[in-house]
Amino acid sequence: MGHITPQAGLRRKLLSTATSIALVSAGAMGISQATHAADTFKVGLVTFLSGGASGPFGVPAAQAAETVIKAINAGELPAPYDSAGVNGLQLESVVIDEAGGPTKQVEEYRNLVQRQNVNAVIGYISSGDCLAVGPVAEEMETFTIAFDCGTPRLFEEVENPTYLFRTGLDAVADNVGAAHYLNDAKADAERLAGIQQNYAWGQDSWLDFTLAMEQLMPDMEIVDNQTPQIFQGNYGTEISALQTSRPDIIHSSMWGGDMEAFVAQASVRGLLDQATAILTTGESGLHRFKDQAPNGTILGGRGPFGGFMPDNDLSAWFSKAYEADHGTPPSYPASKMAQALLGLKYAADNSGAEGIPTSEQLAATLKGASFESVSGTVDMGLAGGHQALQPMLYGEYHYSADTGPELRNVRAYKGECVSPPDGKDAQEWIKAGFPGADCN
Amino acid sequence: MLTVWAILIDGLIYASWLFLVAAGLTVIYGVMRILNMAHGSLYALGAYAAASALGWYYNGVGDQLWIALAIITVCAVAIGALAGLIMERGVLRLMYGRDEVLMLIVTFAMLLILEDVMKLIWGTTPYFAYQPYAAMGRFNIGVLTVSGYQLMVVGVSVAVGLALWFWLERTRVGKILRSIIHDREVSEAMGVNVRRMFTITFMIGAALGAIAGGVTAPIISVVPGVGVEVIVVAFAVVVTGGLGSITGAAIGALIVGLARAVSIHTMPELELFIVYAVMATVLIFRPHGLFGQAVARKI
Repeated sequence: MGHITPQAGLRRKLLSTATSIALVSAGAMGISQATHAADTFKVGLVTFLSGGASGPFGVPAAQAAETVIKAINAGELPAPYDSAGVNGLQLESVVIDEAGGPTKQVEEYRNLVQRQNVNAVIGYISSGDCLAVGPVAEEMETFTIAFDCGTPRLFEEVENPTYLFRTGLDAVADNVGAAHYLNDAKADAERLAGIQQNYAWGQDSWLDFTLAMEQLMPDMEIVDNQTPQIFQGNYGTEISALQTSRPDIIHSSMWGGDMEAFVAQASVRGLLDQATAILTTGESGLHRFKDQAPNGTILGGRGPFGGFMPDNDLSAWFSKAYEADHGTPPSYPASKMAQALLGLKYAADNSGAEGIPTSEQLAATLKGASFESVSGTVDMGLAGGHQALQPMLYGEYHYSADTGPELRNVRAYKGECVSPPDGKDAQEWIKAGFPGADCN
Repeated sequence: MLTVWAILIDGLIYASWLFLVAAGLTVIYGVMRILNMAHGSLYALGAYAAASALGWYYNGVGDQLWIALAIITVCAVAIGALAGLIMERGVLRLMYGRDEVLMLIVTFAMLLILEDVMKLIWGTTPYFAYQPYAAMGRFNIGVLTVSGYQLMVVGVSVAVGLALWFWLERTRVGKILRSIIHDREVSEAMGVNVRRMFTITFMIGAALGAIAGGVTAPIISVVPGVGVEVIVVAFAVVVTGGLGSITGAAIGALIVGLARAVSIHTMPELELFIVYAVMATVLIFRPHGLFGQAVARKI
């Protein structure tokens, strides 16, 4: 997810003592922290186990890691991943709490590589953490997959990467995809408003979205954008302000509990009857909204993840196994962690190494590769083969007590439609009218 | 005109919530001279207790609104008073007479401990208990729609304010507390059991914090750290109004609530800034807050 504000930084600082509890939790989840052995491949997993991002993102991701690693080691994954282990080695994990801020995460990363002797690292939900750790991964020459963070600046900060990869999409794709969906599904809408958490994630999302809307729906009038504090929880006044500006569409990049609380409050007060909300991270609430979100609310899942996963053997297996292990269907952060682990397995199995593959062998294998995943075929087609290029999907939320939650009128936009060509500045690309985009 | 009405209504609603959050904090400081950083954790405890109990109640036990509201009240008061009793008897009692800064650090430590205790008990998954909020419906004022639950929060806040006023001004215990506020040592010399009064005060302040959390639970998603976010704005309110003053907390909440509403309706990008701008402006002209009084330091 996005950068964390000073307020969130304070919060994480206050909660930093939770790390010890988080490690206990990891143990309770059955994630092995045994000592390194020659017949094991050791991976560091970094995800929020405490703080506001832990419930909606960090813990589901950790749970997905537990499920997928267990299946990898047992050889229970569907083809093409049906061989046990990674390159024949048992996969062993060291789980680290992402809470604490970028400085702490750089220390944790160095600790993982130098003291824990991990062979690879998968992690990072916060864009601030990604931006801090990325250069360190290159410096320490360690194969690293950023599984969730959305900053488009990652491969601007780390130019010509060797060891750093990202197997998910960035936030530009979220917001360009949202603009395309509105252009296709809500062409008669005239008034646009927004509500974003007041930090880099929210501000960048709103900027990318409005730039894209200026290109696709230039007649749309922007009537308001509210910027509440992250983790504020109570949005009564913001909802009033949105009501008085009478929008047809409300765009929000808010995530987790903030997003779900906004939906519940706005729904009760009738705002979501008056206007249609488009929630770029709304999928994480798909199985929790029930009747809190009105039918027709537009949800995104940051790509073909969670409820947007296509039908294939891997997604069917993952949905079933995750629900059996954790009692709920996987949301998009869980799917993205599964995808990163499958990327690691692909790289290890195809590295040609005997024994433990080196970071160089893993990186050379994954660079520019196409591998199968729970989200379909992942094309590492951007940032010189280090960044995934995937479709962006949006759909309407519908719920009834009989059928449960459903996504209807789902539309998919090709990766080449929602992401700028390799090497192009995203905002310049949007302002220029998406040159080179393939939306057919 | 609509915007003016919206600002007034939103400002009043937010101010009511702010007062609920800040009341316990200022009561404890006023009597005990303890700036209780753990107040945010008491708020979170109330929110978690209410959300858990409401989840249990609405999950097949019943769906009566008045019972749900009773559950919120009972759970919040019970867990707040119990936590307050444990904190005061178990920790703070050992520290009385120490410097206020040390007490601040002690309560900060309790905040950290309680945050982790809540994670151990409730985990990290968000809790939602929106049913009472939804059940109280909404009222249309022009194109502005206000939820019935928000109006109830205004009522609860007024009731809490009046109850505190009555308790401090019209009861025997209140008179004793005021004597402690004026001079702790003389009160003790006159036979007042100050430690017992401190226990009662801390339990009531803690219960008020928990009630604020319990009342808020149906509006928000209850997640780890929810109390940490609240304590910052609660401090801004009590510092603006004057530490230890109930009237100050009410006026401070009203000023902050209205200023924030003006900002959100007219300049939303200043929403975060405005609360602290108000506080800073007040402190420039009245360093002890609007209703705070300078106290000579005893040596």
